[in-house]
Amino acid sequence: MMTSRINPLLILFTVLVYIFLMGPLIIVLGASVSDTTYLTFPPQGLTLRWFENIFEISAFRRTIITSLELAFLATGLALLVGIPAAYALNRYRIKLPSWLSTVFVLPILVPEIVLGFSLLKSVAVGMQTPIFLTLLVGHMLLVLPYCVRVVSASLASFDFSIEEAAVSLGSPPAKTFFTIVLPNVRSGVIAAFILAFITSINDVSTSLFLTGPGVSTLPIQILAHVEQFFDPTIASVSVLLMLLTVAVMAIVERTLGLTFLAK
Amino acid sequence: MLKRFAGWWLAGPATLAVLVFLVLPVVATIATTFGEDGGIFAPYIAFFNSGFRRTVLWRTIEISLATTAISLVVGFLTAYVVSKTPGKLKSLLIIAAVFPLLTGVVVRSFAWLIILGKNGILNNFLVGIGATSEPLPMLYTQGSVIVAMVYLFVPLMILTLVGVLENIPDDVIQASSSLGATPAATFRQVILPLAVPGLIVGAVLVFTGSFTAYATPQLLGGERQMVMGTLMYQRAMVSFDWVGASTIAAIMVVITVTVVLAMSRVARRLNPMAT
Repeated sequence: MMTSRINPLLILFTVLVYIFLMGPLIIVLGASVSDTTYLTFPPQGLTLRWFENIFEISAFRRTIITSLELAFLATGLALLVGIPAAYALNRYRIKLPSWLSTVFVLPILVPEIVLGFSLLKSVAVGMQTPIFLTLLVGHMLLVLPYCVRVVSASLASFDFSIEEAAVSLGSPPAKTFFTIVLPNVRSGVIAAFILAFITSINDVSTSLFLTGPGVSTLPIQILAHVEQFFDPTIASVSVLLMLLTVAVMAIVERTLGLTFLAK
Repeated sequence: MLKRFAGWWLAGPATLAVLVFLVLPVVATIATTFGEDGGIFAPYIAFFNSGFRRTVLWRTIEISLATTAISLVVGFLTAYVVSKTPGKLKSLLIIAAVFPLLTGVVVRSFAWLIILGKNGILNNFLVGIGATSEPLPMLYTQGSVIVAMVYLFVPLMILTLVGVLENIPDDVIQASSSLGATPAATFRQVILPLAVPGLIVGAVLVFTGSFTAYATPQLLGGERQMVMGTLMYQRAMVSFDWVGASTIAAIMVVITVTVVLAMSRVARRLNPMAT
């Protein structure tokens, strides 16, 4: 016998919840193509001029580039130190103290906004580091837990005896890592990259205190713009960010299958 | 020698990064709130003596609790239906929850600005159908912050709980119904207790997320609905009161850590599957 049927009221409720989830995003999409100088929905007329307007505003051009650079570099760095850490935590579990894995939970426990403020005080002001470098440190710490945890999870199901077999047959340890271990945890690395990238690109709380004159990130620039102007430009920037989400989900679909997202 | 410490060499850089750039700065921030002139707890006494700051703290707790409670109910009921939905439709429903989750906080909060504004969609609609003659002031209220926060966290709750509900073995549910329990009784006495650990995990994520939020309360609450995150920014960057901002940071850390530790202990105790 199959599981019992679902109450129709519950189904109606679920439909309403999904309208609630999708509605606001559809409204942003509509507002971004409206041929009006104010934000409205349903759109009046159709135009793409608000998308062109994004690139005419130099602050948006600059922050889009900064945000992309930041996301790639922070994710790259986090993977560079995170993958070996995840490997060590699994491979040398017995030799390493148990508190070591707790270290990578700390960035999740500390509120992002507190991390940002503390980096401003200790690093940006305390060590006089350039703005971009401080932002990079903040974003790297922000995404590091995802990298360690996601790669760790896929290493947990890796059979290390395969690696030992390769080593005992004479393969050097570094070569073994790149030809045997890494290909086996490929899906974990891709997932970690995507999660980290999207987290960095959308971050507000960590970046908030770390941006400064001339160097800002896209979400912080959007916040600043909204306070002054209420035109459809912000809606079209938002649509750009949604397109990025679609692209990311398409990459996940291609490489890992969308069932991966369900996990 | 190299081999003996291989684990340390590999885990070292990441561990060092967290210790040097996260633990040290945060500890330093908290340390500056003690040992000021006028007694070791002076900044905290100043915080709790200010009626305005107490109101902000209380408002933040209220907003976070309301957001958590609503997200729990909405997320759980939706996740229940999603977990029972067959095949293709289920993947579609999960994708539809992942999409907003991967779309940034700023975009999702901004959407509510268009909806709830004075000349926003909702007000235009209400005036249009004659439900109200004047646009209602919906923005910059506690309600507008809560609605946008619920919007922010419901997808997270749905995805967390779908995972939990799918892990409940079908045998348990079938056993319950074959022993004569009605679907409602099975839901209340079997499914709900088994989902409790997941509900707690979800609640902790939502509570700590809303308690430390910045972008959403800034956009939808503004200065009229100041919360801990926005107050901290204002103290630090507008008033240059770094000790005051650090005090708020310390209170945030203490509340976040306490909630996480206390609730994970409760979750362990309430887990009916634990032996």
